[in-house]
Amino acid sequence: MKQHAQRYLLSVKTITVLVVMISLIAIMAFGFKNESAINNGKDEIINKDSVESVKAFMDVYKVLMSPRCMNCHPAGDVPLQGDDSHIHTMLPQRGKDGKGIYTMKCSNCHQPTNLAGLNMPPGHPEWHLPPANMKMVFEGRTPNQLARQLINPKTNGNKTLQQLIEHADDGLVKVGWDPGEGRTVPPLSHEEFKQAWITWIKTGAYAPKP
Amino acid sequence: MITLNINKKNYNVDVDPETPLLWVLRDVINLVGTKYGCGVAQCGACVVHLNGEAVRSCVTKVSRAAGQKVVTIEGLSEKNDHPLQKAWIELDVPQCGYCQSGQIMSAAVLLRENKNPTEKDIDLAMSGNICRCGTYLRIRKAIQLAAEMQRKGT
Repeated sequence: MKQHAQRYLLSVKTITVLVVMISLIAIMAFGFKNESAINNGKDEIINKDSVESVKAFMDVYKVLMSPRCMNCHPAGDVPLQGDDSHIHTMLPQRGKDGKGIYTMKCSNCHQPTNLAGLNMPPGHPEWHLPPANMKMVFEGRTPNQLARQLINPKTNGNKTLQQLIEHADDGLVKVGWDPGEGRTVPPLSHEEFKQAWITWIKTGAYAPKP
Repeated sequence: MITLNINKKNYNVDVDPETPLLWVLRDVINLVGTKYGCGVAQCGACVVHLNGEAVRSCVTKVSRAAGQKVVTIEGLSEKNDHPLQKAWIELDVPQCGYCQSGQIMSAAVLLRENKNPTEKDIDLAMSGNICRCGTYLRIRKAIQLAAEMQRKGT
């Protein structure tokens, strides 16, 4: 009788330990998913690798903080201009839709294509800043802040991960590598940037430590 | 051959599509009210309306204006009686006059979009038009006067 009772008690202990271990594993798995701050319901990730992801992002960061990208992602409501990112002459304003206001709407001077000649306005059919209700500021952002902003649909223009990946080939993004005479290009080629961008996203879109 | 609609009239012009609109207006169509100030979109002397927007004709290729509605200073009103033109005369705004076409064309867009502009609105709208003679104070007063005329319907 006593032996039977002992066997029953051991079995309960074993079950309890197993339940605790399984719960711990479940909690840890949930925790890892949050770390990469991705929550869009779709799993675009091939292979989560936080070291590789952060390494790729530091290349992305170098490009996004270069004048060709940052000048149109200013902290204020006036675009920046030139390789020294000074405030744009004439002080054109962002406006509600990012396309300027009154007499200085962006496309009043910025033509559908680049113009020949030193320091002539660069061109694209849709020249604009991000809109007032989602400014997508790059200027002044740390790597951690920028990564978290880029991956969050509430701050990245409502983009899913797939749309983010495609954004590397957006026409206005590519203008950064064909900016017209008198302007330097970003520190990586577009192909290198695109590779770093996709690598960052597909390895988990990790944000560097603050 | 490119067809342009300028001040409600159609013109067929045989020009290179890459020609800046400014030179087509001045040299081909002989509308010389629009001026060349810098050629690089920095001064505003060349402002005309393209579908109502204040574009800089020195950098706007004529191909962009093909089939679109262009208005120059000559066509701002039928009898030179736009409120801005009346205000400009009343307050004797110009000094040398060279920048004034562009100033008026820019101000016209401001008053179309904002019937009661503040001083700040005038700053934001007119910062792209420069005046070497420094008539800025009279320009500002004339815009306010024109806005008042517009509001009263005079």
